[in-house]
Amino acid sequence: MRIPSLTISTVRQGLAEQTFSAVELAQEALAFAKAENPKTNAYLTFSDERALAAARAVDEKIARGEDPGALAGVPVGVKDVIVTRGVRTTCGSKLLEHFIPPYDATAVERLEAAGGVIIGKTNCDEFAMGSSNENSAYGPVRNPVALDRVPGGSSGGSAAVVAQGTAVVSLGSDTGGSIRQPASFCGCVGVTPTYGRVSRYGLVAFASSLDHIGPFARSVADSATLLEAIAGRDPRDATSATHPVQDYATAMKEPLQGLRIGLPKEYFFGLASEIGDRMQAGINVLTKQGCEFVDVSLPHTEWAIAAYYIICTAEVSANLSRFDGARFTTRSAKADTLIDMYRNSRGEGFGAEAKRRIMLGAYVLSHGYYDAYYLKAQRVRSLITRDFAQAFEKVDALITPVSPFPAFKLGEKTSDPLQMYLSDIYTITGSLAGIPCMNVPCGLTIEGLPVGMQILTKHFSEHLMLRIAHQYEISGGFSA
Amino acid sequence: MKLSEEKVRYVAGLANLALTEDEIHQYAHDLSDILTHIDKLNELNTEGVAPMAQVLFDAGESSTLREDDPHVSLTNAEAMANAPVSGQGYFKVPRVIER
Repeated sequence: MRIPSLTISTVRQGLAEQTFSAVELAQEALAFAKAENPKTNAYLTFSDERALAAARAVDEKIARGEDPGALAGVPVGVKDVIVTRGVRTTCGSKLLEHFIPPYDATAVERLEAAGGVIIGKTNCDEFAMGSSNENSAYGPVRNPVALDRVPGGSSGGSAAVVAQGTAVVSLGSDTGGSIRQPASFCGCVGVTPTYGRVSRYGLVAFASSLDHIGPFARSVADSATLLEAIAGRDPRDATSATHPVQDYATAMKEPLQGLRIGLPKEYFFGLASEIGDRMQAGINVLTKQGCEFVDVSLPHTEWAIAAYYIICTAEVSANLSRFDGARFTTRSAKADTLIDMYRNSRGEGFGAEAKRRIMLGAYVLSHGYYDAYYLKAQRVRSLITRDFAQAFEKVDALITPVSPFPAFKLGEKTSDPLQMYLSDIYTITGSLAGIPCMNVPCGLTIEGLPVGMQILTKHFSEHLMLRIAHQYEISGGFSA
Repeated sequence: MKLSEEKVRYVAGLANLALTEDEIHQYAHDLSDILTHIDKLNELNTEGVAPMAQVLFDAGESSTLREDDPHVSLTNAEAMANAPVSGQGYFKVPRVIER
């Protein structure tokens, strides 16, 4: 078997025809991932024992003639902000270097119940805060497409393992673009479902009103299969939605004839010209499929970054207060008093970006500033959400770029945090509105760097979003 | 908007973060840059716009509630396993109250 070219359906076929067993596949996938990992640093921890136990369970089900599940035997990478019982979960932070979770995230439980085989935990920006994966305490991830470049962030490791072929699919998390942007930089599919579509139980909280779990894959079909396996109501997450999960595989087969797709004019300024060219090529592919393109406006886009960085950092400063040196983190050696234990454990343990965001969040929430910053940002969030609702009265979906530029070089943007924040412009708006959005590849720059196209639809219209993406893929859009 | 180093020290206190002098200097600069960008929000008139604290969609009023079913929770040993210092089933921290 050639591990890097496997898909969920070729794994299923291999198991059905007994070309390999799930245990053989897991062993080979682990060996391959370990051999390749020094190139990218995409995995932080390998979970051999857990992988082999899951694979054995699949083989036993097959031997008994039972259905082994939609993800049977499929090697999966899981972002290291999603907890895995018995398997170290660091969140890319020094504070959690030795943290072994005592329970599983719901998404992890569900993907294993569907036969998925978790081979390891993937590197990420510390507590999922960053756009380049350079904020990990365990070193940056390198982009498998061009090793001197970043894979994007914060789910850089989850994008890299799929692009590199050391996992068939992976789980990431997205708060302001952390699935879509790395998917675009590494040239794979990345899906941020509707807020509440996938349970966040066991996702280490970053910004609770914005956090999502979602899949990475090399094809739209594989991303849909993984999403369907993990989506749906979970009583352990009160924000998870009760809406029934659609049958994505069936919905995707329908052609696109007659769909109206909006191009928001605010998203096509200031693009690197090559990105604009690739976007146009992607639009042409969809036009040939019978989509009608219309210009629309999302007039509050310009204020999205400012609103986002208030809301997200305010929530960060509250959520990250649990890392206190007392319960599950490392503790500073300088902890003679309780307050010194807190201050020094946190001061020594958090990296620069985590501290920057905690500080900004504590400031905007501090006495006398709450109305001017936090409440104002929440009002602007309403306006941005209303922009989308009004656009969706005219069109079925929106198409935009994911990033204003392709993957940049390691170290190129680390000195200017504001510039790094501003690069999130095209992904942050969808996050604020909580609508489903995804990245699909749309060709390469002259230098050979992947470019990504974003598809956005209404709340709980994943079936339509995946249908557009799948039809685009099968008509050659990925190399448009 | 410019943030003074004095203000940065105050906020670090609120956030229980020990910062070095270099960090205080750096964050005064970084946060000032970011807050200057954030000042952009004042260009927008948001009078009468409801604040959005959470993503809302159509759902029954009680659909986010679950049945109150008892279930097995973590054992004490599991809950304590990651504590940097523990003893007799408790998290141990530096002495808080002097005798």
